[in-house]
Amino acid sequence: MRNLKLSALVFTTALFTACSNDDDATIVNEEEVITTVQVTLTPAEGGTPVTLTSRDLDGDGPDAPVVAVSGPVTAGASYSGEVLFLNELANPAEDITEEVAAEGEEHQVFYQQNALGTITYTDEDSSGNPIGLSFNYTAGTAATGTLTVTLRHEPNKEAEGVADGMITNAGGSTDAEVVFSVVVQ
Amino acid sequence: MQFIYSILALLWAGNLCVHAQHTLSGSVSAGQNKPLDGAHIHIGQLQVITGPDGYYEVHKVDTGQQRVIISYIGYKTLDTLLNVQGDLRLDAILKPESRQLAAVVLNDSTAAKTTARAKKLSTVTLEKYSAGSLGDALKEIPGVYALKTGSTVVKPVINGLHSSRVPVIANNVRLEDQQWGTEHAPNLDLNSAGRVSVIKGANALQYSGDAIGGLVLTEPITIPQDTLYGRTLLNFASNGRGSSISSSLHKGAEQGWAWNVSGTLKYFGDRHSPDYILSNTGNTENNFAGDIKFMGSSYDISAYYSFYDATIGIAKATHIGNVADLVRAINSGRPSVIEPFTYGIETPRQEVQHHLAKANFNKQLGESSTLAVQYAFQLNHRQEYDMRRGQYAGTPALDLTLATHSLQADWKVETGKLVLKGGVSAAIQDNTADPDTGVRPLIPNYDKYDAGAYGIASYAINDGLTAEGGLRYDFSHVDASKFYQKTRWASLSYVDAFDHFITADHSTQWLTNPKFTYHNISGSLGIRKQLGTRYELLANAGLTMRNPNPSELFSDGLHHSNGTIELGSLFITKEKAMKLSGTLVKNDGDFTFEATPYINSIKDFIYLEPTGIEYTIRGAFPVYNYRQTDALLAGLDLQAAWDISNQWQYRSGLAYLYGQDVQSDKPLIDMPPLNMTNTVRYSNAEWHSLFLELRSEAVFGQERYPHNNFYTDVTHHGVIVPELVDISTPPAGYHLLHFNSGITFSTFKNGCATIGLAIYNILNTPYRDYLNRQRSYTDDLGRNMQLQVKFIY
Repeated sequence: MRNLKLSALVFTTALFTACSNDDDATIVNEEEVITTVQVTLTPAEGGTPVTLTSRDLDGDGPDAPVVAVSGPVTAGASYSGEVLFLNELANPAEDITEEVAAEGEEHQVFYQQNALGTITYTDEDSSGNPIGLSFNYTAGTAATGTLTVTLRHEPNKEAEGVADGMITNAGGSTDAEVVFSVVVQ
Repeated sequence: MQFIYSILALLWAGNLCVHAQHTLSGSVSAGQNKPLDGAHIHIGQLQVITGPDGYYEVHKVDTGQQRVIISYIGYKTLDTLLNVQGDLRLDAILKPESRQLAAVVLNDSTAAKTTARAKKLSTVTLEKYSAGSLGDALKEIPGVYALKTGSTVVKPVINGLHSSRVPVIANNVRLEDQQWGTEHAPNLDLNSAGRVSVIKGANALQYSGDAIGGLVLTEPITIPQDTLYGRTLLNFASNGRGSSISSSLHKGAEQGWAWNVSGTLKYFGDRHSPDYILSNTGNTENNFAGDIKFMGSSYDISAYYSFYDATIGIAKATHIGNVADLVRAINSGRPSVIEPFTYGIETPRQEVQHHLAKANFNKQLGESSTLAVQYAFQLNHRQEYDMRRGQYAGTPALDLTLATHSLQADWKVETGKLVLKGGVSAAIQDNTADPDTGVRPLIPNYDKYDAGAYGIASYAINDGLTAEGGLRYDFSHVDASKFYQKTRWASLSYVDAFDHFITADHSTQWLTNPKFTYHNISGSLGIRKQLGTRYELLANAGLTMRNPNPSELFSDGLHHSNGTIELGSLFITKEKAMKLSGTLVKNDGDFTFEATPYINSIKDFIYLEPTGIEYTIRGAFPVYNYRQTDALLAGLDLQAAWDISNQWQYRSGLAYLYGQDVQSDKPLIDMPPLNMTNTVRYSNAEWHSLFLELRSEAVFGQERYPHNNFYTDVTHHGVIVPELVDISTPPAGYHLLHFNSGITFSTFKNGCATIGLAIYNILNTPYRDYLNRQRSYTDDLGRNMQLQVKFIY
């Protein structure tokens, strides 16, 4: 019924305006787009944080994201980590992390890596499942590897291993997926 | 012109009955072996309609003198008096109506003079798909395939071509409903159509000059006789646990006022495959159509309005975020989301409304010529909802409003052996993409102006030979307004070439005003020759030109439904096609057949080709660019029927198509594979018009396809490995069995009821179809039992 009324309204308006010539496109501000994923690793014992940034300022345009890692992590050290999702096309930049946190039950961030150490979630949504916006990272022994950070929309948080950060059974659709090269020394 | 009707046989069958009520039975045809399906028989308050074999039965006919009226759209009504003293058989042959003013727009009514072969769907077929869609019903015609998105978005594919290449002419109006999109189905309620036919090829220039694939024509029910007639169809289906109701009321007249109203409601929940629920695949429809007509002695005037309103769920499992998601979907073989059955339709979904309002004026000009004038307004509103975050969760990702005004005048004159048709048309179209979606629209705002003129001459050279030739000119001007990302503008090589389109600089984006003008010529030549008494040969040649559609020109961005970045090109020019086809028909005797070989050569054929991978913050995406090549489509459609006895009938259909990209010498993508249907039907007209039908549908695997597979990096247990993305390999062939049956009762005094039971995919066979865009994610539909109850009153 709602559709019907709406449609009838559009019908009448269009009937009278269809011939007007004021048809310039309006610029669309893509407020929903994630342009930037930024992971900050703050050493538990103080010191300069390590930041990992992937930034794609043309959204789904042809340019690839620009990936930057501020430096190596220290073997054996503990870090408290957090991830930020930003839309830097908006001015000022919009923090999409807040939306992800607000809809925590429908989102989860996954950290996939090999031989870089251990990552454990330190946050949870209203059902007690992790969201993955903050975590603890204990670096392993000296190595070079990749860290894949994935933001999943509507994952199955109850599936086996998902609460422990295993992405295999999570399903859902990918909102962001970035790969960082990480050096442990 | 004076037309006579003849009664073939008027026989006393059986003895004089002592009962006061009797049965009248017989058949209605338009000549030998041309049974009229859906003809109306009225005796006083009693009414029945004929079955597909033209057979009818009227029970409880009172003794004594009875007035019998037999009518059929486009044919002269038979009106006679019978002295009923016992059971009677009355076989009637109806003659075509000469004074049908709508003849200008009815292809079939000039059948004797037109050389294009129109394949018509029977009323029974239309009613069988009452709960389905136009695309489902058309698939019954050999050479017509279905391009699907899931099970509810169904587009007709004629001889391998679809979408913009197959215009749908609904009630003499070209349907403007964003038909360029492969996941946009025709916005049409099948139940409002009285007749649906397909013209394969280009020989229908009065409708368009760009039907490279062919045309679908639908016409409303018209009753050329003073009566009130109603029909209600109720459907209950097990798959989707849904039902539909369609009801119509028709007031016919030979002169004066006539009107029709019809409405359809559909309500379906999640469909299921043989093994699992296809979550979020429900759909609902609310449709209405009505018209009113006044017929004077030499003119008629009419107004028509229809409204189509559909909400269509798109399987949740097909929403993917990037290529890694696609790899998971392909490799797992099972959808990633399987939830319990629900009637709720969440995201992704489409909400579509289509309004069509029109007015017609037809005038008889002297003895032999007619003039028809039509104005039509169409408004199409399409919203596509995606899975979104935060404040955008309830906002459509695509919101298009397409308004079209069209005006046309058609003139026709018949002088002896010559029939001349001519006409002019003009249209203005305005597309608006709502910027409040927060997503850069795939299709920009644009205005389009069209004008066209055509002339067609048919000449009966001698009794069995007709020749026809036609010529059409079309003008089209597109004026668009679109934002391009500067990076995209450069990567598509538009710098220098299209800098003159740029009107403003908005930091990272250009505002552009692309304008294109097209002048097209199309033509057709055909002959129709009777070969002896049994065979007829039709041969046609057609030249058509199709302008690139907005999606081919302007597409620019991520297509969430299939996880690809699709890029149109401003460099794209129009397609030019030359189609040659022949049809050999044998329509006499117990064994009838029709064979249609064809060859369609398309210069600058527009298609989507994968050209690489682009990386975004979501991950990697394959990029598809619209390109042009020269294509060759050649094939054969076969249809045969054998009346084994009065009760047993066998029908068969087969379609084979060879599609080749001749420039790069490789197969064309998405060509329907070899397919074949075989049907055995038992009918017993003596006993409640019972029929039982078993239908086998065999679809072979498509062996000819281009290899577009690519590798992408996927993280496995923390390690990045390249993985093959197999998007090219068509699914294996499949074989399905369907059952259909029906039985008719004279329920109440002035009507009858038909109960039909159908089972689709009896064996619950899991299968995937090459032309289903969701084939990488889910199996197709499992068994569906459908109960249909039809009332005629």
